[in-house]
Amino acid sequence: MFYREAGDFSTTYAEDQQTFPIKFDRYRYYLVLFIAIVVVPFVVNDYWVNSLLLPFLIYAIAAIGLNILVGYCGQVSLGTGGFMAVGAYSCYKFMTGVDIWWGGELLFRLPEFNIFFSVIMGGVMTALVGVLFGLPSLRIKGFYLAVATLAAQFFLVWLFNRVSWFYNYSASGQINAPERDLMGILITGPSTEPWAAYLFCLFFTIVCAVIARNLTRGASGRKWMAIRDMDIAAEIIGVNPLKAKLTAFAVSSFFVGISGALFFSVYLGAVEVGEAFGITKSFLVLFMIIIGGLGSIFGSFAGAAFLVLLPVALKVVGVDWLGWPTDIVAHLQLVIVGGLIVIFLIAEPHGIAQLWRVAKEKLRLWPFPH
Amino acid sequence: MNEQLAYTIEVFANGLMAGVLYALVALGFVLIYKASGIFNFAQGVMALFAAMTLVGIQNGQVPFAHLINSIFGTDIHYFGWTVHSAFAIILTVGVMVLLAVFVQRFVFRHLVGQEPIILFMATIGLAYFLEGMADLMWGSDIKTLNVCATEGACLPQGMNVWLEGTTYEALGYGFFIDNLDIVASIVAAFLVIGLVMFAQYTKQGRAMRAVADDHQAALSVGVSLNFIWILVWSLAGFVALVAGIMWGAKSGVQFSLSLIALKALPVLMLGGFTSIPGAIVGGLIIGVGEKMFEFLIGAPFLGGATENWFAYMLALVFLVFRPQGLFGEKIIERV
Amino acid sequence: MKLKLATMAVAGLMAAGPVLADLVMPSLSFRTGPYAVGGIPLADGYADYFTLVNERDGGIGGVPVRVLECETAYNTEKGVECYEATKGEGSLLYQPFSTGITYQLIPKVTADGIALHTMGYGRTSAANGKVFSNVFNFPANYWDAASVAINYLLDENGGDIKGRKIALVYHNSAYGKEPIRTLETLAEKHGFELSLLPVDHPGQEQKSQWLQIRREKPDTVLMWGWGVMNQVAIQEAANIRYPMENFIGVWWSGAEADVIPVGAAANGYKALTMNGVGKNFPIYDDLQKYVYDAGKSAGAGDQSGTVLYSRTIYAGFLAHMAILKAQEMHGVADITQAMMVDGMENLVITNEMMEKYGVTGMGPEFAVSCENHGGPGLGAVTQWDAAAGVWNQISEFKASDKEVIDALIEEDSMAFAAENNIDLRCN
Repeated sequence: MFYREAGDFSTTYAEDQQTFPIKFDRYRYYLVLFIAIVVVPFVVNDYWVNSLLLPFLIYAIAAIGLNILVGYCGQVSLGTGGFMAVGAYSCYKFMTGVDIWWGGELLFRLPEFNIFFSVIMGGVMTALVGVLFGLPSLRIKGFYLAVATLAAQFFLVWLFNRVSWFYNYSASGQINAPERDLMGILITGPSTEPWAAYLFCLFFTIVCAVIARNLTRGASGRKWMAIRDMDIAAEIIGVNPLKAKLTAFAVSSFFVGISGALFFSVYLGAVEVGEAFGITKSFLVLFMIIIGGLGSIFGSFAGAAFLVLLPVALKVVGVDWLGWPTDIVAHLQLVIVGGLIVIFLIAEPHGIAQLWRVAKEKLRLWPFPH
Repeated sequence: MNEQLAYTIEVFANGLMAGVLYALVALGFVLIYKASGIFNFAQGVMALFAAMTLVGIQNGQVPFAHLINSIFGTDIHYFGWTVHSAFAIILTVGVMVLLAVFVQRFVFRHLVGQEPIILFMATIGLAYFLEGMADLMWGSDIKTLNVCATEGACLPQGMNVWLEGTTYEALGYGFFIDNLDIVASIVAAFLVIGLVMFAQYTKQGRAMRAVADDHQAALSVGVSLNFIWILVWSLAGFVALVAGIMWGAKSGVQFSLSLIALKALPVLMLGGFTSIPGAIVGGLIIGVGEKMFEFLIGAPFLGGATENWFAYMLALVFLVFRPQGLFGEKIIERV
Repeated sequence: MKLKLATMAVAGLMAAGPVLADLVMPSLSFRTGPYAVGGIPLADGYADYFTLVNERDGGIGGVPVRVLECETAYNTEKGVECYEATKGEGSLLYQPFSTGITYQLIPKVTADGIALHTMGYGRTSAANGKVFSNVFNFPANYWDAASVAINYLLDENGGDIKGRKIALVYHNSAYGKEPIRTLETLAEKHGFELSLLPVDHPGQEQKSQWLQIRREKPDTVLMWGWGVMNQVAIQEAANIRYPMENFIGVWWSGAEADVIPVGAAANGYKALTMNGVGKNFPIYDDLQKYVYDAGKSAGAGDQSGTVLYSRTIYAGFLAHMAILKAQEMHGVADITQAMMVDGMENLVITNEMMEKYGVTGMGPEFAVSCENHGGPGLGAVTQWDAAAGVWNQISEFKASDKEVIDALIEEDSMAFAAENNIDLRCN
């Protein structure tokens, strides 16, 4: 009923490769975009933006980034938290002006970057670091690689905690985002209007999603998937594993770096590396993409929504509606999230994205299931 | 005796001891991974759960007391009795076996034949679940763990005075070794010997190895996969309890106990996921490596606290030369 | 993207809370997670204090107090969520008991005009009221703690600690690094040797650090620890037979839960405190009568009288006094958030007030002013008696070295003001 189609009739390659081959899907996508860009900014308040939308959008970027690496290229990584930290600290250094020292003397100081370019630079620096830590992936595979990326995680966190240059020699080792604006509209700092912060992050999320979608359906995406499915076979048919794996690490880290930069500058405003970008963050983002669906852009969004919104929803139901003690709700929350993950996996091991695909198939055939 | 040399030997010896404690945690991972190919993320939480259950039973705590009190408005906390350690350990092992049955019955039986990453994810779900459950059952505040054979004969703590005295007289420097570490090493040795004997000489042990080798072949000669997996999870639960006791004796039983899993990951990586001796050797190398690095380079030149990342870096360097770990099965890939 | 819409309905209901005439005191607690050990007594004490106020006095100035508890698990993101969720309900005063969350909230409360009280933690330079309009950290801060510890050593050693070796074992985080600069300055001034020993989160494995202490044999070990790090450090100190009376923890490393797991070996361990310890305060009789016996205790009700519990009783008392002050200043009983900031800024604590509310000797007399949000900076030393299972206060509340600390506060707060273009107040 919702999907009127009678088969594949693509006459051009462009038509065959469309993201939304079905008209209904395409309109639904435009509608979601329209609501997200035009309607939501007018109705949101502080609570909505700071507690739900910003974390959702930022985690979605991180999840897309990690999904490229894990879901498309098959390289399991647990260094996401460390890479987000690189993004955050680079962004901080660029927005406050990078100072270069040589032999105890200040050599020169770069001018302060605009917040937009600071975030981009956060992504670029992270991509460089990501390639460096991606090198062992040429030798090490599977869970061994996952544990090897933990080396990056722990080393980066230690480094940012240790070297005071990264936090501009502040007494406490925290970094604080100063007030910065984009064309006169505040983006960071406490006086930021909720809609401005929201739109700024939404812009990055949409752009990242579109880039990721186009990369993964193009030549590089096919190479990644060939490596994922069987790297030896891929090598035989002419995919250069060095290039494919390292580009995957670079692109993935770029997105993760952007999310780290936004996480620090727009969302939290002040972070401490061990607390904000610790090992738990790496696991959290990995959980998101596995629950959402490996190798799916929609899955990244779904997974981020699941793990950002569900705990808040459970808290609201437990504490605000039922009036239970907060600690019991917090414990029950863990039990329920854990239970749901298991139930989800038993019902559909390939994540929410697969559930969505199955639902769509059902709708296509409805009302004639055979 | 040269002072610097004495210090180095002392750090080395303590590194070995720390390595044994890491290996204790890693053992649980290896057991499950070997038999079922599941990377059990919940191992650390299982240690927490086991230790909390042990203390709860010992002190006669009412399970779910806080939940019951909040719902029914009662005020119950303790049954008013205490249970002897040995008996409490047996009861806790019983609980861990029940948990194994539960896990097999409700989770992994439904996920047979799935990809490793899906199974890994399921253990993450399990970790969340168990963490919440442990807190709901026994409360999230810190508990003191005392395992005593008889009144006064508890798990020892503190420096081994005999060793210090003897080495001081013989070498001019009294070496420090923690009594608890010595006990942990002895327990670990027995545990490993026991596990190896079990795997080599008992019917169930052989069946376990058969399953580890090839599920389908084992199934076809009449080995019950279900039973073997319950067995393996029970064993892992038991190992978790031992690790929980050893670590909990030092820090008290609290949430952070579940983070000891992070200490076991480099050990696993280095020793290989599938080898029990690998876990021990890997543990020793990591323990010694990180302590020596901190002593020789980390603390004097890098400002300290380098142990966490150095353990992973060390494992990473080993892996670059042996991608399957020191004792792991060689990875053979065919197109 | 669809899921986002689906949850809108949920939060729509959430936004519509009832509006009652009451004084809302949010309590950002952490009864779960790695720091639950400290979080449980803190949350219980705070809740019990206001239960007592409601039961005994019928609220403050006739208006009942509503404690709005929100679980953060010591996680900054959840802390922000809690802040955003509770600030709309007219929350008067935030006390997050977490340095990480404090740093999040400092700019936010300043923009929203709400008071933030961080006693003995958070950003030390917030003591400078000229820069930080809405943040208060009386009665004492980390730098005071470092200085009080050194002053205590000076007293013990007849005013001369030249050449003595002092080691600092600290949690390798913003919190743990706080005292370093102060201690370095003091080391120069008094001529002691300072060595630094960081311990990474969570701190379950500290063998390297304690072997180093065993080798170097420092005369005194100071500790800035939190969570599992405390129990392990005290255990390891006992293992290497470090003399416990030379081992001094900051006030977040000196609770019952930190020493009890170590047993008799922890006897003699010292810790700083900013509040009186023990149950010998008249307020505990009232708590027994109105709260415990009435079955209204928060949590499991087993934390009464512990160090951290008493600390939030004291925190509750200070907030209570600030509300009274605000009511008196503005002549309104149902005060607003802005009035609460005024109440905090003009707070005066006298011995008569402490006597009236049964907390005599729990803290010093002091007055807050526009310039000084940090209070007098007094601290005392307590010592653990393992046999009796109590902390005993073994020194008077003593002042810190204000000359050193004020200079550091001035420097750090002015840097913050310059970075964020803040105009100085109180002129």
